[in-house]
Amino acid sequence: MPSRRRALLLLAALAALALASLVAALLAGSYAVAPGEVWAALTGTGQDTAGAVVSGLRLPRALAAFACGGLLALAGALMQVLLRNPLADPYVLGISGGAAVGALLAMLAGLALALINLFAFAGAFAAMLLVFGLARGDGSWTQTRLLLTGVIVAAGCSAVVALILSVAPEHQLRSMLFWLMGDLSHAGTPWPALLVLALGLAAALPLSRDLNLLARGDLIARTLGVRVRGLRGAVYVLASLLTAVAVTTAGSVGFVGLVVPHLVRLAVGNDQRVLLPAAALAGGSLLVIADTLARTLVAPQQLPVGVLTALLGVPVFLYLLSRQTKGSAT
Amino acid sequence: MSSLLTVRGLAVAVGGRTVVRGLDLELGAGERLAILGRNGAGKTTLLHTLAGLREPAAGRIDLCGADLAQTPPRLVAQLRGVLLQQQVDAFPASVLETALIGRHPWLKRWAWESAADARIARAALAAVDLAGFAARDVQTLSGGERQRLAIATLLTQQPRLALLDEPLSHLDLNHQIAALQLLSRTAEETGTALVMVMHDPGLAARYCDRALLVHGDGRVESGSAAAMLTAERLSALYQHPLRMVETDGQRCFLPL
Repeated sequence: MPSRRRALLLLAALAALALASLVAALLAGSYAVAPGEVWAALTGTGQDTAGAVVSGLRLPRALAAFACGGLLALAGALMQVLLRNPLADPYVLGISGGAAVGALLAMLAGLALALINLFAFAGAFAAMLLVFGLARGDGSWTQTRLLLTGVIVAAGCSAVVALILSVAPEHQLRSMLFWLMGDLSHAGTPWPALLVLALGLAAALPLSRDLNLLARGDLIARTLGVRVRGLRGAVYVLASLLTAVAVTTAGSVGFVGLVVPHLVRLAVGNDQRVLLPAAALAGGSLLVIADTLARTLVAPQQLPVGVLTALLGVPVFLYLLSRQTKGSAT
Repeated sequence: MSSLLTVRGLAVAVGGRTVVRGLDLELGAGERLAILGRNGAGKTTLLHTLAGLREPAAGRIDLCGADLAQTPPRLVAQLRGVLLQQQVDAFPASVLETALIGRHPWLKRWAWESAADARIARAALAAVDLAGFAARDVQTLSGGERQRLAIATLLTQQPRLALLDEPLSHLDLNHQIAALQLLSRTAEETGTALVMVMHDPGLAARYCDRALLVHGDGRVESGSAAAMLTAERLSALYQHPLRMVETDGQRCFLPL
């Protein structure tokens, strides 16, 4: 049984990790900045190039990375409970597919960045409504039906994406591929995503004990007094909106939404009261670290951050998994 | 004695077929009712209807004097508990955590399980012979152990009415008797009323005061266990001839 005290300690540790990752992101880069200059830039007393680089370039990008990682991990944790499937991720129900179709269409038409983001969000929203409408159908709302509808919509979207890629002119392909792999170099202002992350957590936390029961099954949750139908609808809409905001900001960064909740679950157990905030903090930190590496490893060349998240996360995940198996075997 | 469960003119339909028609029932504190019938006769559907998990086709159910359909789910969960036929665990969780979900209806939205809640859960685990299992992962339990854990979760919930769907499934012989003795003792000591779907009429005769026979075509018969559990009625119910044998004042039913 996780006590509240232990949960708070754990969250404090993760918050420290998040802070450390942000500081590292501010310090690292091809233009050398001393810790003192970072402090000066943050407190607004700095001037010159160092101040501009830190507060104008690195800080917004690091915060956007944190927000996206947090959004994806939180959405992934919610989807895994909703579908009662530890292998579900935020993209499994076609949200990112819809966003990709919107974003790539906008790129194909040569629209400005703001419009690309708008199209991406509209695509995500359309996919969400489509899956929601089709999966409800007869009102039964079973996990299988929802999952199947989502997977089919996602498959349709990736077919459209492949079509767009095959007709797109050569010079647009690179930015399209970067969008698809996830990329934070065009993230823009981080505040809307951060705000949505905070609101999403605030909306999910009061439901977290109900979610613990939902993870054990619809029927058992209902026998213990959970209003399952309303809860599932709310969780679906919430997780979809979080995902839509994340992919609108950074494209479809893979891996974070699947593996961070899983990783956190291996470390702290499946109590959503701890898992949801812990996943948001850990997901945010992971993406900040990955993005910092993505822009420094082979600078001045930038790597798509989605590749880095996978390269970082896979070994950690495999290690935890093997440790877990050994532990339960003894 | 006030009635915990009052059923008037209840009809239950599943897949367009009416399996229970015109059921009247009254169950008071500490009473134990067995539900018997063939596979697919509608026993589980009836139990879920009594629990408020599905809508009745007709009739009215009162739980502790209030209309079940109008009672908020959390309050319903404080009054009645359900042992489901199957326990499925998609995610890992410890045995103690799983027993503790029984406290959910009693906790406020922001409350965490207290030491007192943990004591209730540990006592329930000890009662079903799972005292040393608190830290074990539910996904590593055997079928019988998982079933006993489900009974412990129900005891942790401390409902006034317990609805149990095949409480003996997966249990070996000694745990079957232990489970029935535990439930009977709980009914006696705390006044919990029991409704149990059962498959062994002999155990039903031994551990229940009353019996409800579900024929599956809408007909139901209910009465005292002594009056209901006879070779003649059970042969008609199961559509298979049975003979009753009495030894040491206990009834056994042998299929011929």
